[in-house]
Amino acid sequence: MINYWPLLGVAVVVAGFALRWNPMLVVVTAGLVSGLAAGKSPGELLALLGTTLVSNRTLLLFAVTFPAIGVLERAGLRERASAWILGFARLTLARLLIAYLAARQLLAMVGLIHVAGHPQTVRPLLAPMAEATATRRFGALDPGSRERVRALAAATDNVGLFFGEDVFLAFGAVLLIQGFYDGQGIHLDPLSIGLWALPTAIAAFVIHVVRILIFERRLARTLPEARVVHESPAVPPPPPAEAG
Amino acid sequence: MLTLTHVFYLIGASLVGAAVLNLRDRRWLQAAFWAILAAPCLVGDPILAANKAGTQWPAQVMGAGVIALALLAWRTRARKVVDDPEQARAREASAARFGNLLFLPALAIPGITLALVLGARIDALRVTAWIEPRQLPLISLGLAATLAMVLGIALTRARPVHGLTEGRRLLDSIGWPLALPLLLATLGGVFVETGVGKAISALVGEVIPTDSAVACLLAFGLGMVAFTAIMGNAFAAFPVMMAGIGLPLLVKLHGAHPAALGAMGMLTGYSGTLVTPMAANFNVVPVLLLELRDPHAVIRAQWPTALALLVANLILMGVLVFR
Repeated sequence: MINYWPLLGVAVVVAGFALRWNPMLVVVTAGLVSGLAAGKSPGELLALLGTTLVSNRTLLLFAVTFPAIGVLERAGLRERASAWILGFARLTLARLLIAYLAARQLLAMVGLIHVAGHPQTVRPLLAPMAEATATRRFGALDPGSRERVRALAAATDNVGLFFGEDVFLAFGAVLLIQGFYDGQGIHLDPLSIGLWALPTAIAAFVIHVVRILIFERRLARTLPEARVVHESPAVPPPPPAEAG
Repeated sequence: MLTLTHVFYLIGASLVGAAVLNLRDRRWLQAAFWAILAAPCLVGDPILAANKAGTQWPAQVMGAGVIALALLAWRTRARKVVDDPEQARAREASAARFGNLLFLPALAIPGITLALVLGARIDALRVTAWIEPRQLPLISLGLAATLAMVLGIALTRARPVHGLTEGRRLLDSIGWPLALPLLLATLGGVFVETGVGKAISALVGEVIPTDSAVACLLAFGLGMVAFTAIMGNAFAAFPVMMAGIGLPLLVKLHGAHPAALGAMGMLTGYSGTLVTPMAANFNVVPVLLLELRDPHAVIRAQWPTALALLVANLILMGVLVFR
């Protein structure tokens, strides 16, 4: 018979997050509850926690870039990134993010998922560049707008990664899908699985591009300075399409 | 031959370094946290080997370490990182002095990773003779990050110790959420081991009307999203939902195309990843890296994309899966 008691662990996760406990505490408590409910002895449970932690340690791997990024930030990498991007006169926030999204998706499609990421590229390069292009067009950003611009930069990286991953080359997800079917006696070629990710990849690109464009338009509307900058006599009035 | 173990020695060393620097600042809890987290990096392989050989105590000590990490995370106060204006001026001056040269080491990280991954496809370069081929992308990233640090220190004439102190600055600015993805994956492993997946799929199977293909598809898609949101990871949700609904009801009963259902079902789950704080490495770590005040800022930026994509995916599946 199926033992339903381990589901208590899922209930702990849901309740813990609803009550805003510390997530680390919630996660470990859920694991202990689920393990004890499944009838594991404390000794077995500790060993299970220890071995699963070690087997999943690749999730710490992103920290390997920290010393390099830290040294470069100390030398002014983020400041240089925003100064450099302003050299492109026609580059706007939306164009920057759309170009990044396309590049991230294409790289992920051919399996290059570790060349970019939040510590490697978003914090030191994309976020300061996004802020700089937004500030140039709309004037100084209020703290709320600056925060939303940064968050959108991070979101763009996530969307590009998730919906580019695994289309042409078999990595992670595709191998998991193939492995699952293999175990059930259905044998599939990895490429035939990956290509089915293409329609969703295209839909994700289109949807997120539209959202980036809407975001930029809203930013122009909420920042009162944007209009002042455009209408100041020193600057010729831009064509309507650019007024955003 | 370079293996992933060597890369973990590097991470372990920088965690130990961060622990020592925090000890010197009398930040005991943070120091203990980094020290425990260094353990799976430095002695992970012996722990697994001992456990396989039947000696359980090292794994049990590590398991106690997991509980300690949770308690420390609960009690640790985040260090408020204040940007002092003098340092900001120094960075501006340095940025002006080095100019675009600063990009060279920064782009060396993706550049060298890319070169090694692509180079491995060319037999004549014999890249796989000195890098373990199965973990090539991750080892390449570790190698690239190390070379970039050396290059960065040489270029900016920083002292080598800055690799340690600056690495610690980034680690401390993230704090305990750095380990949250790892602990979530650990929870996922425990859930699989304790039969949570089987119990969920049994429950779902009892609730939905199985003779309607559309109802099954909706239950599968929404189940992927919900379970992914709870687990923070579509990889954990996939086997559960496939075993519960995808394979028995959609593929076997209603004749769905297995490859299409697998690929698009997984991607449907990613909509759940975009909206859950449980996917800490994607939604929580960047909040800290970008110094955002709203802990859900990234999720707020993502949920409309996630929702629109969920609808798009359900429609795409409905059209493409039952051909």
